[in-house]
Amino acid sequence: MWFEQVIFFIAAIGALAGALGVVILRNPFYSVLALVAHLVALAVLFLLLNAEFLAAGQVVVYAGAVMVLYIFVVAYIGGSDEPLRPEGGAVAVLGPVFAAAVGVELCIAFIASGLDALDSTGADVGAGFGSPEAIGQLLLTRFLVPFEAASYLLLVAAVGAVVLARRRRGLEA
Amino acid sequence: MDITWYLVLSAFIFAIGAAGVMSRRNPLVVLLCLELMLNAGNLALVAFSRMHGGEAGQVFALIVMVIAACEVVIGLGIIVAMYRRRLPIDVDEMSELRG
Amino acid sequence: MSATDYGWLVLAFPVAGMLIVAFGWRLLPGRLPGWIASGAILGSFLASLGALDTVDGEAHVDSAWTYVDTAGFTADMAILVDPLSVFMCLVVSGVSFLIHVYSVAYMGGDRGYSRYFAYLNYFVFSMLLLVLAANFVILIIGWAFVGAASYLLISFWYRRTTATYAGIKAFVINVIGDVGLVIAAFLLFDNTGALDYAGVFGGAEEAFGTNDGTLVVACLMLLVGAFAKSAQLPLHTWLPDAMEGPTPVSALIHAATMVTAGVYLIARMHPLFELAPTAADISAIIGTATLVFAATVALVVTDLKRVIAYSTISQIGYMVLGVSVAAYGAGLFHLMTHAFFKALLFMGAGSVIGAMAGIQNLDRMGGFRKAMPFTFITFTIGALALAAFPLTAGFFSKDEILAFSIERGGGFVVLALLGYVAAFLTAFYAFRMVFRVFFGDPVPEARELEGGHVAHGEPLNPMTGEAEDTDVGFPGPEHHVAEQSWPMKVAMAILAVLAIVGGVVGIPAATDTLEHFLEPTFEDSRYIDTHPSEGAEWVGLAAGGLISIAAIALAYVFYIRRRGITLQLRDRFAFAHRFLEHKWYFDELYDAVFVRPFTGAGAFGRRVIETDFVQGFIVGGATGVVRAGTSFARAIQTGYVRAYALLLLLGVGALGLYFLVQSS
Repeated sequence: MWFEQVIFFIAAIGALAGALGVVILRNPFYSVLALVAHLVALAVLFLLLNAEFLAAGQVVVYAGAVMVLYIFVVAYIGGSDEPLRPEGGAVAVLGPVFAAAVGVELCIAFIASGLDALDSTGADVGAGFGSPEAIGQLLLTRFLVPFEAASYLLLVAAVGAVVLARRRRGLEA
Repeated sequence: MDITWYLVLSAFIFAIGAAGVMSRRNPLVVLLCLELMLNAGNLALVAFSRMHGGEAGQVFALIVMVIAACEVVIGLGIIVAMYRRRLPIDVDEMSELRG
Repeated sequence: MSATDYGWLVLAFPVAGMLIVAFGWRLLPGRLPGWIASGAILGSFLASLGALDTVDGEAHVDSAWTYVDTAGFTADMAILVDPLSVFMCLVVSGVSFLIHVYSVAYMGGDRGYSRYFAYLNYFVFSMLLLVLAANFVILIIGWAFVGAASYLLISFWYRRTTATYAGIKAFVINVIGDVGLVIAAFLLFDNTGALDYAGVFGGAEEAFGTNDGTLVVACLMLLVGAFAKSAQLPLHTWLPDAMEGPTPVSALIHAATMVTAGVYLIARMHPLFELAPTAADISAIIGTATLVFAATVALVVTDLKRVIAYSTISQIGYMVLGVSVAAYGAGLFHLMTHAFFKALLFMGAGSVIGAMAGIQNLDRMGGFRKAMPFTFITFTIGALALAAFPLTAGFFSKDEILAFSIERGGGFVVLALLGYVAAFLTAFYAFRMVFRVFFGDPVPEARELEGGHVAHGEPLNPMTGEAEDTDVGFPGPEHHVAEQSWPMKVAMAILAVLAIVGGVVGIPAATDTLEHFLEPTFEDSRYIDTHPSEGAEWVGLAAGGLISIAAIALAYVFYIRRRGITLQLRDRFAFAHRFLEHKWYFDELYDAVFVRPFTGAGAFGRRVIETDFVQGFIVGGATGVVRAGTSFARAIQTGYVRAYALLLLLGVGALGLYFLVQSS
């Protein structure tokens, strides 16, 4: 359908713009906001790909919780003005160059690889594809172990964060 | 839409994120760029999942989101610890692990 | 008990003594180690007497243990008891016993007392093993042991650097001799297929013709061994330095026993030497040259012990001459009498040095006649015997050699004449010692001794004058003189008596006991019937006697009547004096020809090859390469996160590239 393409392009441009904004904007607060925009665009793209649960999760968890956490930390620390290209550092020059090279390489890989299904809209999927029920079914049967492991990982991360950021007596004012 | 477009978009976002990791000095922004790269990966995963018709890719993308969240938490914790100790918030200053 | 049983006993006693003293020294109080060691040697002497009784003019061989028994080669631990070895055992054990008794008193107070007696017993055992050997294997073993014992005893006072250097010098020259002996043994084995004396001597006639080249070389190698051990030219330089050891050691090893091992070797190997007259002639010439050389040097050296050392070298030259011209009986007779009077002279010297509180310089001595009458008398008796004064033991033995040499005719007459010249010099320097030490104005030490009190001084190195202490490794604090120690007196008295009457066994045409006794061993000699006629012998004896008296008279004139004349002579003939004083510059020659090139090569090896090349280039190079590689690798670990991120990205890109290329 034609408006699918339109929505795709709009969402794609939004994602790219958000990405560039993250990299280019000097104030870290603005970078965070750019990332939020990027995430929302990505959610739209997910919807286009019949991944409804994931799109919802992206907006609620990622853009909603994780980015808010980011905002808190940025507010605590404060942004600092710093140029995009800092003084000195061959890395800062070479880095984007090599990144572009990798990007081009990936594109070549995708376009010129000659995979059959890449030129189509994909397989025919049923109605419940990407629904929470389908995802849940998979999580609790086929992917049970990764699911449980991920929850442990979350626990470890939470404890780790508390340990890292706690006050230590005598070490700070 | 051809799946190819999504994949190309994913490649671009990945490249932009990599460039950002290497050029920014504020560790917060570096983490943000890292998120970009992860998201690019997520997009690719979902695109392939749609292509093959199986939901495994989406589950994988969900797990990646979880991991991204954990990593952000730890990274921010480190940055807060750095700030608490009055160290400069600059990745170039944190260079003690050298040979 | 058979002769060989006695032979094993002779060997067993010193071993037992050595083990008891070496391991039990903590339990043995005071001078007991000395008495135990002396008792062991007495046992050895008594066993030698038993062997004398049972030898009956035959050669008895007994093997204790067969070491190797293969086709074409057998080696066993065997001893040979025949008249020659019994004679040597008697001389060695008898004189050693007396020296042990002397040492019991002389070494008192030294911290290394037990070590000394253990070494001394070990030496006697080695020497007896050498003379009792029945084959070349045991001979070489004994030869090497004796060299080791000599080294241990010369550097007995090991904290004295001069003593340790002297020990090393003696040992190095000894090893040269060992090499000669081993090469000779190998050449003989190669040609005759046997290592035991009976086999070698029996097979020598068929294997070699007269003056066969190989046999001459083998005999020359034997001579190298003999000359190194007996301190003949050119391997003599170690003996004067060996005077660094305690005086009884000088008496035993470097006068009476070890240095006679070379003479014994030539006498034992006489069938080979008679088959190769060239080697025997060379031996005679070297013996004569040595005896003249040493006599001239003994005229000017000022250290008392070194005068006696050079006289030893000279007298052994006589013995070598004797056995080289096939005067075996005479040569060995002189060996015995020399053992008596030389040991006596050294003992007397030890007493005098004790009175001088360790000083050995003749210039500092004088006038000890009244203070030390016993030492004076015994020393003079020894000097008379050395000078071959009529009717002493030395008189008969030395002149018999020279008479025999004249009898052989031809070039040997020249050698005999040189022998007479040296006899004159010998008598002169012998009494030079006597007159300088015992006559003249008493020096302070002598006056002190007249009052009954032995002088004490700061412990000093007698050669260099460096200060020492009296702890272990240096001489003890006590100084012993014969007048005050009965063991020393007893030993010296016995030797004095022997020096006088010892000639009895060899009075030509009258007794000739020794020669008859030794005859069975030498009956295969082709010169067995060569004898100077009676008339010639008496003429020789008369000439020798006259020369001796004349020399003593001349010494009397120089040192008593006209006292300053020697100093005037020294100034007049300064060049000659210097030449003699530096021992004909032999040491300097060897230093330039051997020692410097070797040490230079060693220093070069250490500096260039070891340090620069191996350490610097090879080892340093290898480590340098590794270090360069690792520091290159280290440069990657900069610590900057972004650099690491870049590298990661590069890696990812490369991987992707690889898969891309591969699949297309």
